[in-house]
Amino acid sequence: MPIQYYIFLCLGLFSIGVVGVLTRRNAIIVFMCIELMLNAVNLLLVAFSKMYHGLGLQTQPGSLAGIDAQIFVFFIMVVAAAEVSVGLAIIVMMYRNVHSVDINFLNRLKN
Amino acid sequence: MSTLEILFFALSAFALVSAIMVLLSKNPIHSVLWLILVFFAISGHYVLLNAQFLAIVNIIVYAGAIMVLFLFVIMLMNVKEDKEPQKKLWVKLVGVVAGGSFLLLLVALVKQTTQIQGKQVLLKDGVIGLIHPLGQVLFNDFVVPFEISSVLFLSAMVGAVIIGKK
Repeated sequence: MPIQYYIFLCLGLFSIGVVGVLTRRNAIIVFMCIELMLNAVNLLLVAFSKMYHGLGLQTQPGSLAGIDAQIFVFFIMVVAAAEVSVGLAIIVMMYRNVHSVDINFLNRLKN
Repeated sequence: MSTLEILFFALSAFALVSAIMVLLSKNPIHSVLWLILVFFAISGHYVLLNAQFLAIVNIIVYAGAIMVLFLFVIMLMNVKEDKEPQKKLWVKLVGVVAGGSFLLLLVALVKQTTQIQGKQVLLKDGVIGLIHPLGQVLFNDFVVPFEISSVLFLSAMVGAVIIGKK
């Protein structure tokens, strides 16, 4: 499978996430679009890791080339889980204060 | 077309359609359910790439834990579908145009890059996605970041509790 196919798929998913962040006003949907972008990047990292693994196997059989990218994806998932817990806590606090999850309420954080 | 190609294109179309439906559905709960379908499609891609550990972790962590957290928060807030204020039409149009030009720019960039021309992704061969080599590398070379991530989880837990308690 050519690497370009994976790059185009991940670019499509990432752009859909960007459009979602730019066009929706519900803070939860915006947050979900950020998760979508993170997942597109994860898929691209795994595809590149398998590409480099194929190149490494050609030169040296039994090599573990490209395994770092999959460890990296694992750490991205760890950070995303921590980020979601804190972000959702912030959204819940915002809902408690202004009774809305509209992100336009966040343009005057100083008050 | 081989079976792998048919599976790749079917999963890709499934992922893209579900991702678009995340944006188009008015009800936030429907958005969450569509996003879970996107995660399942991405897990299918991981299985195609023989990254079995990441496929299972993706389903357990993302579709299992994170999306349940989203659903829980949405049901806690009782967000109604008609209550969400919509952005103005021209703002939406500008957003779509900006995202579309971003996509166009990057696609054009990838199409003319010479370094990745003709490079193939290894689909079902290779052992780096299996648990045994991943675990050995994780606990030999990456053991310090692994331990630091536990501190990150602890601080995130404390932060979430403090923010939620106020």
